[in-house]
Amino acid sequence: MSTASTALIAEDEPLLAAGLRADLARLWPALQVVAMVGDGLSATREALQLQPTLCFLDIRMPGQSGLEAAQALAEDWPDGADAPAFPLLVFVTAYDQYALQAFDAQAVDYLVKPVDRARLSACVQRLQARLAERDRAAAASTLANTGAQDPALANTLQQLRALLNLAQAGAEPAPARLRVVQASAGNVLHLVPVDEVIYFEAADKYVRVLTADRELLIRSSLRELLPQLDPQLFWQVHRSLVVRATAISTALRDESGKVFLTLRGRPEKLTASRLYAHLFKGM
Amino acid sequence: MTARQAPHNAAMPAPPLYLPPTSPPLLRSWRRRLLIQGLIAVSLAIGVSGFITLTMGGGYQRNLVFSLCIGGVIQAMVELGRHGLSACRKRLGHRSPQLDAAWPGWALMAPWVVVSALAGQALGHWLGSMITGSPVSLLVGYDNRGMTLVLLLTLALPVLVTYYFWARTQLAHAAARAEAAQRLASENQLRLLQSQLEPHMLFNTLANLRVLIGLDTERAQEMLDRLIAFLRATLAASRSVSHPLSAEFDRVADYLALMAVRMGPRLTVSLDLPDTLRACLVPPLLLQPLVENSIKHGLEPKVDGGRIAVSARRDGDQLVLEVRDTGVGLSGAAGAACTDPAAQGSADGGFGTHQIRARLQALYGSAARFELLRADDGDGGTLARISLPALATPNTDASATTTEAGPR
Repeated sequence: MSTASTALIAEDEPLLAAGLRADLARLWPALQVVAMVGDGLSATREALQLQPTLCFLDIRMPGQSGLEAAQALAEDWPDGADAPAFPLLVFVTAYDQYALQAFDAQAVDYLVKPVDRARLSACVQRLQARLAERDRAAAASTLANTGAQDPALANTLQQLRALLNLAQAGAEPAPARLRVVQASAGNVLHLVPVDEVIYFEAADKYVRVLTADRELLIRSSLRELLPQLDPQLFWQVHRSLVVRATAISTALRDESGKVFLTLRGRPEKLTASRLYAHLFKGM
Repeated sequence: MTARQAPHNAAMPAPPLYLPPTSPPLLRSWRRRLLIQGLIAVSLAIGVSGFITLTMGGGYQRNLVFSLCIGGVIQAMVELGRHGLSACRKRLGHRSPQLDAAWPGWALMAPWVVVSALAGQALGHWLGSMITGSPVSLLVGYDNRGMTLVLLLTLALPVLVTYYFWARTQLAHAAARAEAAQRLASENQLRLLQSQLEPHMLFNTLANLRVLIGLDTERAQEMLDRLIAFLRATLAASRSVSHPLSAEFDRVADYLALMAVRMGPRLTVSLDLPDTLRACLVPPLLLQPLVENSIKHGLEPKVDGGRIAVSARRDGDQLVLEVRDTGVGLSGAAGAACTDPAAQGSADGGFGTHQIRARLQALYGSAARFELLRADDGDGGTLARISLPALATPNTDASATTTEAGPR
């Protein structure tokens, strides 16, 4: 390991955060815990700023779940030839709701609370092995820096995608499909057939609804809206963007793995994150 | 979505409890019924013929044959009508447990019994005279008084027998209803237990305990004591009908103490129980689900946490219990799924409030009320309020709950 490994711990229960930190200090004295946060939004913010080697993410956290924090991190992580390596992720949960043990621990590890020492020790060894391997690979490719996507990152992204799909499938049973979007502006209620919507964009506590000639706001979250949309027709391309597939005109992929979309009926270009770039491939 | 938005109880509903029906197999019950019917017909015929012979003479043997014929025909017709009319009503789309037990209702059965009695007289006489070889009818040779008596008997006896079978189906129906209620009660009990012993709560508490053991043994022991008391109360709650309000507050205090260790500075707790109300009787774990909802759907999803206040006061004859939190509130994005009264019965929070309503209704009827409100002072959050008759001992009739004897 070229530089000292650093870690972020995101856990809303202070005793558990302190406990994990103490256990890690015993098992991995060289590991430096650079941030301890108690909610999902801070986890993403701190991780993007401090760029730790490892992130321990509690799944159930206020504000934003550990899974959503990981998604945001994967989407906003800097890219380019000299970008830092994406952190290794370890999810921590009291109850294995998503059957995490079915996942390949090599890409995304997990811990079940209460975390026993043997399990944590095995996790630490795996993490150390992966870091060592990453350093070797980096050393080998310094001369031929092609900017191609790191295979370890690709693996992590794939696991994250699978987890997000599981979380979405495990959400409350989908209510009836939305036919008409109703958005109130002052005293006027605007109705838009859902087929006319070109894309939805999350904006704080609202969702922007864009058609060819209108822009409306609805008081909802994208998370609440998604199960009501036909996934064949509306594609999520970013954690804050859902686009009608038939309105996408071209998709241009850049070196970092991001995809830029042009639309029929709207002038602006949208960016699909690396988590959803796999949706765009030639037939 | 967050893990919180789909509480696992909602994602994985409790498996329906299958309890096999307790009625005997169809064939056995059918044969038994036929035997009982036959025995009743024969014994009535023996009684009637004896009575007629004694009061009006005419030869016991002949009277018995006629009585058997008339009684048999009437009973057969009544039974055929009972099953036939029920089947007809069912075919017409009527559905009821009584119809399933072959009871078409008195409105159809009363005229049918009269028809059967008259037709039975005629047909039975004809049959009787065929068997005895005498063309003479049973009625011939009696005076007016005798004829009236015989006619009355042929009308009254089928009515009585029909009434007896009707009463039996009613009893069976009541028993089936009681059994269904019992089944529902145990199913609710199991779901309550499942929602109380929620794995997230349990394992997170144990994880905290595990850390605390290394840091502060004394506090760890205190936390363990609270956990033990919480578990004991949860497991025992189904066994008693009521307990003092002070005990209810103690259980709530246990739970909140566990949560306070887990949430640290994010949770502030206040409990207010006036001394004069300590002895009031309330159903066990009445407040518990409300406090849990406040934590789970109000305060846990909120980054800064907040406070929860549990209080009791007297308002005239009513005991008013309130659980108030400064959480995300009823229409808050994360809490909407569960604390919204409109969404009751959906997620597990819905189960909790639904359960409280059902228990209050069963124990106090319209004398108790449960409301879930938006807290209207500046701090936001949710206010849950229960009002129930103060000091009144809950109605302890057997159908509501069963009390188990023995040590707890």
